[in-house]
Amino acid sequence: MFTTEHSQARPQASKLVLEHVSKWFQTSSLHVHALDDVSLRIAEGEFVCLVGPSGCGKSTLLNIIAGLEHPDRGTVRADGQAVDEPGPHRLMMFQESALFPWLTVLGNVLFGLKLRNGMSAAERREKAEYFLELVGLKRFMHSNVHELSGGMKQRVALARALAPNPSVLLMDEPFGALDALTREQLYGDIQRIWSQHRKTIVFVTHNVREAVCLGDRVILFSPHPGRIREEFAIPLPRPRDINSVDLARFATEIMGVLKGYVQSEVAG
Amino acid sequence: MITRWLAASLFFVGLVVVWHLVVKAQIWSPLLLPSPLSVLDYLRSAAEDGTLWEATLVTVRRLLMGYGLGILIGLPLGLLTASSRWCHDTIGILALGLQTLPSVCWVPLALLWFGQSEAAMLFVVVMGTLWSLIIATDNGVRTIPPIYRRAARTMGSTGLHTWTHVILPAALPFLISGMKQGWAFAWRSLMAAEIYVTILSGFGLGQLLHYGRELHAMDQVIGVIIVIVLIGLAVDKSLFAPTERFMYRRWGTERA
Repeated sequence: MFTTEHSQARPQASKLVLEHVSKWFQTSSLHVHALDDVSLRIAEGEFVCLVGPSGCGKSTLLNIIAGLEHPDRGTVRADGQAVDEPGPHRLMMFQESALFPWLTVLGNVLFGLKLRNGMSAAERREKAEYFLELVGLKRFMHSNVHELSGGMKQRVALARALAPNPSVLLMDEPFGALDALTREQLYGDIQRIWSQHRKTIVFVTHNVREAVCLGDRVILFSPHPGRIREEFAIPLPRPRDINSVDLARFATEIMGVLKGYVQSEVAG
Repeated sequence: MITRWLAASLFFVGLVVVWHLVVKAQIWSPLLLPSPLSVLDYLRSAAEDGTLWEATLVTVRRLLMGYGLGILIGLPLGLLTASSRWCHDTIGILALGLQTLPSVCWVPLALLWFGQSEAAMLFVVVMGTLWSLIIATDNGVRTIPPIYRRAARTMGSTGLHTWTHVILPAALPFLISGMKQGWAFAWRSLMAAEIYVTILSGFGLGQLLHYGRELHAMDQVIGVIIVIVLIGLAVDKSLFAPTERFMYRRWGTERA
């Protein structure tokens, strides 16, 4: 299962350890087996992409890592500590912009910082401005959220998630609603930021190319029930260009595997 | 901006002119339809002898007390019904039912319970305001996208902080429209109460209206109606309109 050959020589301390995680959902008419015996180790500073068709439980898994949901079976540990509620070291960035419309851009970035103890107002402000600068939106800090484009909103959401200095960043299809050009810019941004501020990133997407472009590892999920199907190490050098031929080769291979089991499921 | 003012003024001047022409045509007895000038005369004399100011003061004081009390009770109850299923199934259903009850229906009850007193008046206004405010608050909190709460939770917000920093501000557009609606209901209830409850502790606009009818003083009736409408407009323009403009700017077009 673990075919990881890390291109970067980093300490292999496991930041996140998931063991035998299973989850069921009960709706009025259905009993959904969302996750089935998922085990996964994610190293400190690693960028891992979870890929799979909709309904494969990858977002549920992310919510479980965040502590927003609880597994019915199995355990999740972050830095050796059991995860049972959202913690300050694991911040989540959502698909649709979850920015607060009643706050300005700056207010949004300050929101998480204000929940951290031991920082003066000036320090918080400085930090917020630094991260807005990092995502290239410092001059919009007094803007209202609705005045921003979709890509700018997700940049602010990224700054908001980074500002409280989490060690793990959980990203749930953050670029799903954006146009291709904006997405490509953000691939560049996120790689640059990741190389500057080593965070452990768990990134959920259904876009295989996106996963190959960003991840050290791509973990393929299959649906009904959600299971880890296969893992791919992506030893391409960074920064990666989503349009490069090497990247396309990896993406094609993974896509082939994905298509294989999606078809077998439809047939079966 | 100036053209808008001009258009609006022209419209209202036109309205008065039409009124004047209808009176001039003498279709109805002047007892039933007094001229604009006689209404103005009434308003001037009532303003000069102080009855109008006094009545306005009494009415506005009752209104503010009843409305304030309605908000003070309704807002927390609305938050309660939104956050607990049990409260939603009990208080929520009660509010939904009583909200449809016209506030004038509370008057007989208030008269029997509290007699001809200020308390009866207050009771009617609170009952008229409270239920719709509970419903509006409950609705507002329930329509908040759950993603706000989740995002806040991952950033470490819990309990009271989530309420004051996420849920209340997120529900603010709904709270404001609920309060605006509540204000309109409070007015309606108070007028109903003042027309039926005749007490000596204060002579409000509704009572002025009532005695205008008793005395067949149509100029008084129309004059008082105009004052009531003007107060309603003034409150809307000075209190609610700026709040709504602020929210429109902050939230953007989709929510306000």
